[in-house]
Amino acid sequence: MGKFRKEGKKEVPQVSTSSLPDIVYMLIFFFMITTSMRDVELKVKTAMPKATEIQKLERKALVSSIYIGPPRDTKLGTESRIQLDDAFARPQDIADWIQKERDSRSEADRPLLTTALKVHKETRMGVVTDVKQELRKVGAFRINYTTLKGSALEN
Amino acid sequence: MARKTPEINSSSQADIAFLLLCFFLMTTSMDVDYGITRRLPPPVEQNDEDVKVKERNVMNVMVNKSDKLLVNGRPSDISLLKDEAKRFMTPRPNDETAPEVETKHFDLVGDVLMSKGVISLQNDRGTSYAMYISVQNELARAFNELKEEMAWQKFHKHLDQLTEDQTKAINEAVPVRVSEAEPVVYGAN
Repeated sequence: MGKFRKEGKKEVPQVSTSSLPDIVYMLIFFFMITTSMRDVELKVKTAMPKATEIQKLERKALVSSIYIGPPRDTKLGTESRIQLDDAFARPQDIADWIQKERDSRSEADRPLLTTALKVHKETRMGVVTDVKQELRKVGAFRINYTTLKGSALEN
Repeated sequence: MARKTPEINSSSQADIAFLLLCFFLMTTSMDVDYGITRRLPPPVEQNDEDVKVKERNVMNVMVNKSDKLLVNGRPSDISLLKDEAKRFMTPRPNDETAPEVETKHFDLVGDVLMSKGVISLQNDRGTSYAMYISVQNELARAFNELKEEMAWQKFHKHLDQLTEDQTKAINEAVPVRVSEAEPVVYGAN
């Protein structure tokens, strides 16, 4: 009988914490993979042209983006389309959208609202001009042509 | 007799992992956007209210639907545009073909000889966006170089080393005079 008796006193073993870092790493990886840096799902391609005379877009909370480019889904053709938030839109939808963007900001921030145009480089200017005309109509004068860094002569 | 090796205390490894997590959280920049910032003009009420501008004061830059440049009616190239714009905007009081000049007084920089020139940019609906950005960029580069020269001449400093007031003064003395023509449709594209 004494064969099976443990030596020493009976003690509650310490909880092993050696696996805790693994759990934390797992969490890091999970969030790294699932976090998307963008807040909208892009339905259009936006390979932007390059430019050198560029400024940093300050205060992201005051920027609303309009995406213009050929649809990712090739079934929809190659003609450039406008994307507002998560859906395709027509130029005449921009006025309402700007109003909605303004309403979601505080009163003090509204005049500082900037519209970032993220346009695919092969887009024809016709669409962009239509968008700009709509923006002028609703008084959204501050715009930013979002570009990549690089020599403009390579475009 | 086998000796028991003491276990390495790994309770602090979690802290190290958290530290790493915090470090990456702080340093990761969520893709910062850069771009050319512009201010759109307010919509025009009447179309017949044309402002008369002397021909010598205007540099016409036109881009057609196959991305070809026309500067003052002559074909040009994007690589030459910056120098052409810069030459046009540099005040030359004794040149009859150059834009008119005027002398204005600004705080900090004093009396400045300013060109009355305006660069008018017109593009076709079929122009590619890449070309449009290139043209905008080259024109902006011309003005930035003029500002840089002015900054060096007045303050013996580079543009990015100026104080806020000095930058403001330079921006007033060298205004970016690029006007985009109202869109017109010349038939189908």
